[in-house]
Amino acid sequence: MRHESAVGALAASSRLPVRPRLDVNGLEVRLGRSGPDVVSEVSFSVQAGELLGLVGESGSGKTTVALALLGHARGGLMITSGEVRLDGANILGLSPKQLRDVRGARVSYVPQDPSSSLNPALRVGTQLREALRVHPGVVGDPDARIAEVMREVRLDATPEMMRRYPHQLSGGQQQRIGLAMAFACRPSLIVLDEPTTGLDVTTQRHVLDTVRSLSRSYGVAAVYVSHDLAVVSGLVNTVAVMYAGRIIEQGPTARLFCEPLHPYTRGLIGAVPSPDRTEVLTGIEGQQPRPGRRGSGCTFAARCSLVTEECRSQTPEPVMIGGQMVRCLRATEAGTTQGIRRAAVPRPAAPATEPVLSVRDLRASYGHKAVLFDVGLDVPPESCVAVVGESGSGKTTLARCISGLHANWTGAISFRGATLAQPARKRPADVLQRVQYVFQNPYTSLNPRKTVGQIVAQPLEQFFDLPFRERAERVAAVLADVSLGPDFVSRYPDQLSGGERQRVAIARALAAEPDLLICDEVTSSLDVSVQAIIVELLRRIQRERHLAMLFITHNLALVRSIAQSVVVLRDGTVVEQGPVRQVLEHPADPYTVALMEDVPKLRTTAGVTAEGPPAGRHSAQGHAAGPDAQQ
Amino acid sequence: MAVNAPANSSAARSATEGLRRRQWASALSAAIRTPRGAIGLTLTSVVVLIAAVGPLIAPYSPTQLMTVEFAKPSAQHLLGSDFLGRDVLSRVLNGGWLMLVMAIAATAIGLAGGAAAGISAAYFRGRSDGVIMRTVDVVLAFPQIVFALLLLSIIGPKLWLIVIAVGISHAPQVARVLRSATLDISERDYIKVVELQGMPPAKVMLKEILPNLVSPLMVEAGLRLTYSIVIMAGLSFLGFGQPPPAPSWGIMINENQVGLSLNPWAVIIPAALIGLLTIGTNTFTDAIARVAIGVDRRPEESALISRLGQSEAQ
Repeated sequence: MRHESAVGALAASSRLPVRPRLDVNGLEVRLGRSGPDVVSEVSFSVQAGELLGLVGESGSGKTTVALALLGHARGGLMITSGEVRLDGANILGLSPKQLRDVRGARVSYVPQDPSSSLNPALRVGTQLREALRVHPGVVGDPDARIAEVMREVRLDATPEMMRRYPHQLSGGQQQRIGLAMAFACRPSLIVLDEPTTGLDVTTQRHVLDTVRSLSRSYGVAAVYVSHDLAVVSGLVNTVAVMYAGRIIEQGPTARLFCEPLHPYTRGLIGAVPSPDRTEVLTGIEGQQPRPGRRGSGCTFAARCSLVTEECRSQTPEPVMIGGQMVRCLRATEAGTTQGIRRAAVPRPAAPATEPVLSVRDLRASYGHKAVLFDVGLDVPPESCVAVVGESGSGKTTLARCISGLHANWTGAISFRGATLAQPARKRPADVLQRVQYVFQNPYTSLNPRKTVGQIVAQPLEQFFDLPFRERAERVAAVLADVSLGPDFVSRYPDQLSGGERQRVAIARALAAEPDLLICDEVTSSLDVSVQAIIVELLRRIQRERHLAMLFITHNLALVRSIAQSVVVLRDGTVVEQGPVRQVLEHPADPYTVALMEDVPKLRTTAGVTAEGPPAGRHSAQGHAAGPDAQQ
Repeated sequence: MAVNAPANSSAARSATEGLRRRQWASALSAAIRTPRGAIGLTLTSVVVLIAAVGPLIAPYSPTQLMTVEFAKPSAQHLLGSDFLGRDVLSRVLNGGWLMLVMAIAATAIGLAGGAAAGISAAYFRGRSDGVIMRTVDVVLAFPQIVFALLLLSIIGPKLWLIVIAVGISHAPQVARVLRSATLDISERDYIKVVELQGMPPAKVMLKEILPNLVSPLMVEAGLRLTYSIVIMAGLSFLGFGQPPPAPSWGIMINENQVGLSLNPWAVIIPAALIGLLTIGTNTFTDAIARVAIGVDRRPEESALISRLGQSEAQ
């Protein structure tokens, strides 16, 4: 717990009446000069050496705010008012020339995707030197500084490393180069825009550790933009939650996650799955209002369970409650001190009968490149098996082999005792009907030219010979099953949100009345509040329809919420499989142990805390590797 | 010809993304609202109107000898007379519709044949792709008018043959554009979904892929129509169209060129009508293509907002 004391000391020093490093005041960004506001009334400050987490779901305006901190607005947007003061000087008042001098030297930015933000045609060393060359005089000896900053991001500053091209580095190494570039000029402010999204949990943890230690040792103010509450909860000092372009709650990390005041924050926290506990996830129904359609009153009113008439008409002003800023009219009354309570998931005992699906010695390859090696697994009836693995582990290939989308495999896959042919087109209609596949990305799995009704009716036409009326009835019934009303029948996919699209995709699969549902990363392109709804929906459907389910995911935390048993894949090999509780709580394989250690966990001390003492932020990873894990 | 083929094929590809449902209607109305589209449509409609209504309002028979050869315009003969002393105005009014019908028919044949070849080549891939596309390359190696002349000189000048020959000569271009658009679409997950349901290939192509090709098809239709008109007029000029006494704009230019100094209207008017028609269709097609790529669409707020949302989603 060495970190703990460091944080304490730092927090103490930041209470001194010093001017904050970064002070944002009334920032407003609009669509055009007089268009609707995308972001408004955003104010926060960050002390030197501190990290502020800017969290929100897609469309909340967090990236817009992050870019405004650099004085930048994306095409079509304009920063219309407010100030961004860095050490007292307003960045928004600078001329383009002055802005160029500031960017990179005093304010730096780490973008989301390192593979696309590094120039693929330039050597790593050249790119690192670039920032120092553009800002001469910021550091004394560029080469010495590069060597130093490379050491700090834990990369070897060897000549070989410097001569490499970005594609010769792993994702984690690329993001470290991104960090090194950002820190090279010793900036006062660093803006990190989801720098670990898309990285494996282990890599993510290393990058986060680097960010933390660098911002401390340099005394920079850091703004960390993320949609991942678990990542933020273990990293930052202060959290600002954004919703519909405003900060709706802001406060010290520990307090905000333990005692969230705003119903939205509470909802978000309730939606985050935990790898440690098996809980029912609670999503937030509805959608964030878009700019220009935010109307009057509280922007969250339409989705809030505590809504009153007043909420719909009166725009909540920020109030301070115990060091937390919140924009909610009912913040003081709405059960503020209750933590998020979540029910444990009832666990059906899987009957020990013949498995619905059984995979033996599966070897699959793309061309000559083998991706799966002797994979074997069973899916018992009425139970959900999760397949977990990092990107490149072959989990999607496994799903594609089982469904018949990928035909280049050997071994045996049998469904209800019958061996399956490799490609789907050689399989009998009966099998095609009973095995249904839900794709990862609902934005590409629905034909944009068809209505929801046509999409859901498709399997009915294909598999069942039904009169028109009965078909329409079945479509309505299956849509109701995924909580979509009859008015959705005539809508087109582009009129739906991501969550609604994925429900339509699930409805389409259910319309075929399958025995086995293969879900390939079905929540990975969705926001966390929507993910929770989809996961709960799938669990309910699986129980009600007595489905067997194969749930492919990279998110270890989700496994707990949905599956009864789990298969851990690594580089195309099964490293461990068994009941969820056993594998996650007493992992036997070192790889699973490491995965469990590295997965970021949301720290909420209130609510269910039975499995561990309320610990400091930075003991998050240490705690997970507790006694259970050490074999 | 302002629109060239390569620019159009790329337009066609992004068009599959840019447009929405009831696509042809929405693209047409969006195109009409641009200045380019309005001008193109006006020009086209004026000439089409003349061709369609002309036979009903023509003052005289187009084939009757009325006066001296190459008479100057007069009150009786507003555009004067041609090389046989026939009324030029009546011939002009009668000489458009058949060419227009033939051009439209040839375009339809070219689109249908090209779409079938291009979509199935892209969807089946492998050997069928090779066979279809190499055949396409062979046809493509002949200039369109030479290809049509070749067929006509083998089989003889027949109107239906002209239509088919011109149609076939269009098919390769259409096939190439639709193949590249289909290659993209056939990899989408929604195609995988219906394949997993065991939907037969013909149905996949017709019901799932074709609706997503509306905008490249529209652009191709406009472009091929323009070329058809030019080729039809050209063949008629060369004497392969309707046999002589019949009026036709192409043949009128040929017949009357010797009297250009005596009564220039007998040449200028048919030539101008052909010119205006092709400029009109081409400009309108250009407007559709631009709308499809999004060049001439007002950046709507909702589109901008959804783009913002998407970039934050990942």
